Amino acid sequence: MIDRSLSVLKVALGSFKGRVAAAWLLVVIVAAVFAPLLTPYAYDLQTLSQAFQPPSASHWLGTDEFGRDLMTRLMYGARTSLSVSVVAIGLSVSLGLVFGAIAGYFGGRVDRAITVVVDLTWSFPEILLALILVAIIGPGVTGTLLAIGVAYLAQFTRLARGQIMSLRSETFVEAARSLGASDSFILAHHLIPNTLAPVLVTAMLATGDAIILEATLGFFGLGAQPPTPSWGGMMSSGTAQLFRAPGIILFPGLAVALTVIAINIFGDALVAAMDVRSRERKA
Amino acid sequence: MLLGVDTLSVSIGGAMPLEGIRFDIRKGEIVGIVGESGSGKSLTALAITGLLPLIGGRVSAGSISFEGTDLTKLSPRERRAYNGRRIGFITQNPMTALDPLQRIGEQVDVVSRLHLGLPPHAARARTVELFRQMRIAAPEAIAEAYPHQLSGGMKQRVVIAMALAGEPDLIVADEPTTALDVTVQAQIIHLLAEEVRNRHIALMMITHDMSIVAQLCDRVAVLYAGRVAEVSDVRALFAHPAHPYTRALIDCIPRPDMARGALTGIPGAVPAVADYPSGCRFHPRCPRATDLCRTQVPALVTDGRDSHACHHSLRDTHG
Repeated sequence: MIDRSLSVLKVALGSFKGRVAAAWLLVVIVAAVFAPLLTPYAYDLQTLSQAFQPPSASHWLGTDEFGRDLMTRLMYGARTSLSVSVVAIGLSVSLGLVFGAIAGYFGGRVDRAITVVVDLTWSFPEILLALILVAIIGPGVTGTLLAIGVAYLAQFTRLARGQIMSLRSETFVEAARSLGASDSFILAHHLIPNTLAPVLVTAMLATGDAIILEATLGFFGLGAQPPTPSWGGMMSSGTAQLFRAPGIILFPGLAVALTVIAINIFGDALVAAMDVRSRERKA
Repeated sequence: MLLGVDTLSVSIGGAMPLEGIRFDIRKGEIVGIVGESGSGKSLTALAITGLLPLIGGRVSAGSISFEGTDLTKLSPRERRAYNGRRIGFITQNPMTALDPLQRIGEQVDVVSRLHLGLPPHAARARTVELFRQMRIAAPEAIAEAYPHQLSGGMKQRVVIAMALAGEPDLIVADEPTTALDVTVQAQIIHLLAEEVRNRHIALMMITHDMSIVAQLCDRVAVLYAGRVAEVSDVRALFAHPAHPYTRALIDCIPRPDMARGALTGIPGAVPAVADYPSGCRFHPRCPRATDLCRTQVPALVTDGRDSHACHHSLRDTHG
């Protein structure tokens, strides 16, 4: 499994686009993980005399209306954005796989029950669903995380269900059954692994969407609460200073855009690399 | 008697595509099931392997006894214990019979591990040995390969090895070579027959190739439109077929001494389940059909292990 993942990664990094995207993602991840070590300032250190500084040697991206270092806040913001969206998507992927597999494999009444609920949530746009959920759970990191997780649950349940349903009638499943494999064995050894590739790819792309959704909730003031920085929250406070210090809204906006684009490009490269067939052909 | 199928009927939805099937298989015997497409050969295989639920079918009457146990009366869990261990199954299409994401070896190993309780290391050794017996060159390397790296013939050898891995007493092979090149068909089918003979495993082979039946089988069951036309010893069947349908099938085998244009085939086609004619279902295509055939369903006349269902049996004329 490990050398398989490694070789997928190697192929994905084979293209120039893939390498650039991966490099940017690596930068963002390193910045997020090591933010406390890399930044000379505290993210909530206010120095009002230093407010609205343009980019300079001591403040690479300038400062905001409270004189806080924007670079520092951007790096801490990456922590919030990345962890919330990755954990939220992880939540929807794992729950979606379980629900989708059950619905797709066993069919019948269970399938109908799951499908009805899923279709109901599917009929709302993600942002609306997330807003409703945050309103119920309450603003903050946990609320945003759960809201995004549930907002994308329908997508993964449907995807897994469809995959499992079409795989269920494959000859190799019939063959496994004819050789005495149980339902759980077939699900765990044949159906879920064969579902994983499209699900992981969708998960990758959904993580990009989730970053935007997280930023949107943050922009509405429903995400991480001040003084904890998040990209959406920074942009929100930047709107008031749009003409005085455009950097406050520009840099987090750029961070969101670049990260989402990088995720999409890298996701595409992974799709190509993950196909067993194409990999072997290149090897 | 290893397997006894007795007046087996299968229904799917409201239709009954299989009705009153009766034949048996002894230990170590190779039995061919023949008939045109749509005559119920594959359904019979699915019924015996317990896979009918996959296509939404069920056994509606009759029994399938395996060493005295009626398989149709077992719970799904008890039924599953037979699959792979006592009854092996070789599917029609080897191209899709293997999981594309798993290495070949792992897929065969798991059968020995599950059914014979072998530890991983021993299971792999057994897999390699089975591959060697199936004349797979470089068996260790093939075990590490993925299915898409193998040719169709190679995959079918692997699938046969999988069916053999659980040391079953009966293997059901559903047209094991139809999806393959003509050149490898004969190779694979002879290899299968040879391995089965060496191990004294019974083989129920579904085919529509009468020449394969003549070469390899001990006994034959001829099905037509969901019913048994004739069950017989292979020599008797070819020498003195009782049913006109069997005669017609035999006449469809090309022979080198045939005059140009003499090979005619059987006019018409097997009717669909919804259009089954009254009386003998073969009567619209039968040269010997009479009014009796159009109205009365011929009874399955049994003589020892042989049986046939025809009002105007050819054997009566032979007398």
